[in-house]
Amino acid sequence: MNWLSWRRLRALCWKETLQIFRDPSSILIAFFMPLLMLFIFGYGINLDFSRLRIGLRMEDGGADATAFGAALRGSPWLDVRAYDSREALELALVDSQIRGYVIVPGDFSRKLKQAGATAPVQLVADGSEPNIAQFVRATVSGVWQMWQEQRAGDHGEALRREIALEPRVWFNSSAESRNFIIPGSITVIMTVIGALLTSLVVAREWERGTMEALLASPVTRAELLLSKILPYYGLGMVSLLLCVGVAHWVLQVPFRGTLLALWVVGSLFLLSVLGIGLAISTGMRNQFNAAQAALNAAFLPAVMLSGFIYEISSMPVFLRGVTRIIPARYFVSSMQTIFQAGSLWKLLLPDIFMLGCTTVVFIGLTAKLTKRRME
Amino acid sequence: MKFLSRIDALVRKEFQSLFSTKSGRMLLIMPVLLQTALFPFAATLEVKNASLAVFNEDRGLASVEMMQRFAASGAFTRIVPVWSADELDQAIGTREALLAVHIPADFSKRLITAQPSPVQVILDGRRSNSSQIAFNYLQNVLDGFLKDRAATAGRVMPSEIVARNAFVPNLEYTYFILPSLVAIITTIGCLIVTALSVAREREEGTFDQLLVSPLTPAYIMAGKAVPGVTIAVVQGSFIAVAAAWGYGLPFSGSVPLLLTGLVFYGLALAGVGLFISSISENQQQAFLGVFAFMAPAVMLSGYVAPIENMPRFFQWVAICDPLSYCIPIMKGCCLKDFGFRDAWHLLWPLLAIAIVTLSAALRLFRRHIA
Repeated sequence: MNWLSWRRLRALCWKETLQIFRDPSSILIAFFMPLLMLFIFGYGINLDFSRLRIGLRMEDGGADATAFGAALRGSPWLDVRAYDSREALELALVDSQIRGYVIVPGDFSRKLKQAGATAPVQLVADGSEPNIAQFVRATVSGVWQMWQEQRAGDHGEALRREIALEPRVWFNSSAESRNFIIPGSITVIMTVIGALLTSLVVAREWERGTMEALLASPVTRAELLLSKILPYYGLGMVSLLLCVGVAHWVLQVPFRGTLLALWVVGSLFLLSVLGIGLAISTGMRNQFNAAQAALNAAFLPAVMLSGFIYEISSMPVFLRGVTRIIPARYFVSSMQTIFQAGSLWKLLLPDIFMLGCTTVVFIGLTAKLTKRRME
Repeated sequence: MKFLSRIDALVRKEFQSLFSTKSGRMLLIMPVLLQTALFPFAATLEVKNASLAVFNEDRGLASVEMMQRFAASGAFTRIVPVWSADELDQAIGTREALLAVHIPADFSKRLITAQPSPVQVILDGRRSNSSQIAFNYLQNVLDGFLKDRAATAGRVMPSEIVARNAFVPNLEYTYFILPSLVAIITTIGCLIVTALSVAREREEGTFDQLLVSPLTPAYIMAGKAVPGVTIAVVQGSFIAVAAAWGYGLPFSGSVPLLLTGLVFYGLALAGVGLFISSISENQQQAFLGVFAFMAPAVMLSGYVAPIENMPRFFQWVAICDPLSYCIPIMKGCCLKDFGFRDAWHLLWPLLAIAIVTLSAALRLFRRHIA
């Protein structure tokens, strides 16, 4: 085996490992960064809007209007603030102090009592935040519906909805966004560790001139490549375990899968992103450019195009095609399955297959780029 | 005029090193083009093209009409009819459907006898956000259906909600995303250029040459900050122009305000970048520093989730986050008809961040030399 000598490989890996540990920033990014990100994703990012500020303007002092106002204030999802003019409401909305406002017009109580008339409640939501606007609308409608039923009940009438939708959530029964964001955010963290760190390693050797020294030695291409992959693979796997452990024991995200499934999926994904990072590094030969390229080619797609926050099926067809070459996409969906549904191999196998393909493509690309430089 | 000519020479040198290689030029232009072209389509929390599984045990007209309304709502492009409860479970389990509706056999009968009719909806909790948004769509469609039924039956609702959306009446997602992208995409370019350029000079040893020249640390810093700010302004304006002309965003605010916002934001970023570079020994540390700043800054800026929803601690962090001021300025300019008076309370914190970070960086530079 003259293309691979264990002695040389071991020595190279050892050198690489020493380099990792010598610079405190790589240890920081491998262990401190995952904790910081999980902390932010776990506590800071909450898509289940818990308390949104809305404005309320009461132009009617009647008993019914007051009761409706009280119902709004009583909602655990709304933080209601009273305003004394419509202009003040508009200004607060422009300023983003409130996410929407409700106006109870002056003739509300009168029209409510009048048979055959409909008393309107005005609701204006901030359309520049579509998701929040939808939520404000749904919440205020819900409060209004309950208030209406309550009022009908007090008057001895039965005003029930003819048809009621009864939601039941599967796999994540409390429907906490944390439980699906955390497995996805691990993808972003692993991308950072895999691609950002490695994007600099080969470029650094070229910049410092140590690559030429390596080329002059009997080191083969396979050894060189493996020595860049293996230490970072080890670092990444330790980080992955740390992430999953913190997610499960500290953030209390249920973990229903097996470690075997996690290891298979995690390894393939890690190898893919290591491949991306190394390909960038080998191609650029310049740390400054490689850093920019890695942020743009690995980190941003992992956030935007992986289905971690933004649903892939809602994207236009051409973009769905683009997401197919992004390994993060397959890792996000398999992590969500492993965490929330268990090791369902029938669901995981297609992802594993695609991750295998991306691994071969990106590591192959690196190997090809390495070859051109070496011979 | 010595001051200006010295800065001018430094800035020119900086731009030369940025644009000297082909890959350097490409990296400042291509990502911005690609991201402007792709991300507005990707970053949507709207639910489109989703599948709805339906298990209808009822044979009445009402259930058929209700299903037709669900199908016509636009959110669901595919209706998957299933014939048993097991199949319904499977449709959710294998991710074939985002939502599954189960209409019981006595649905129409209960409606006719004026009893409330329940309909079970199963949501895929693995995609809890999308499935809840889709559930809201169903609820809206159902509300319309019930209203029409009441009208046909001659019943008058005692009260109703008249809802509208301010600024963007149709809740167009791309209009929401584009102003935020102006801020987010410029962040990368500006930070990398300012943070890594000093680290690179240090690694290559050319920083010492700068130090032995007659330039003071303040000159060197200004020479590094100006290219960063320029890149932020040029990239940001490019995306804003693309938003207005390419995506048809109805730009209503003031252009001078947009540019002022970008310059202030660029200064704040340059301050952060130079601060990072002043504490880094090499490019790897500077790069990881940039990332350690950028990821939390984007996540906590209110772009992903509203700041008032975060725990107190994160709200304090968000106060120091330049992005949490820049995004509202861009959004205000693009969508809310902002003038300088509306934006002043967002502009001065940016300037304050810039002053603090720039002076901190200057102090650290001076200490390095001493």
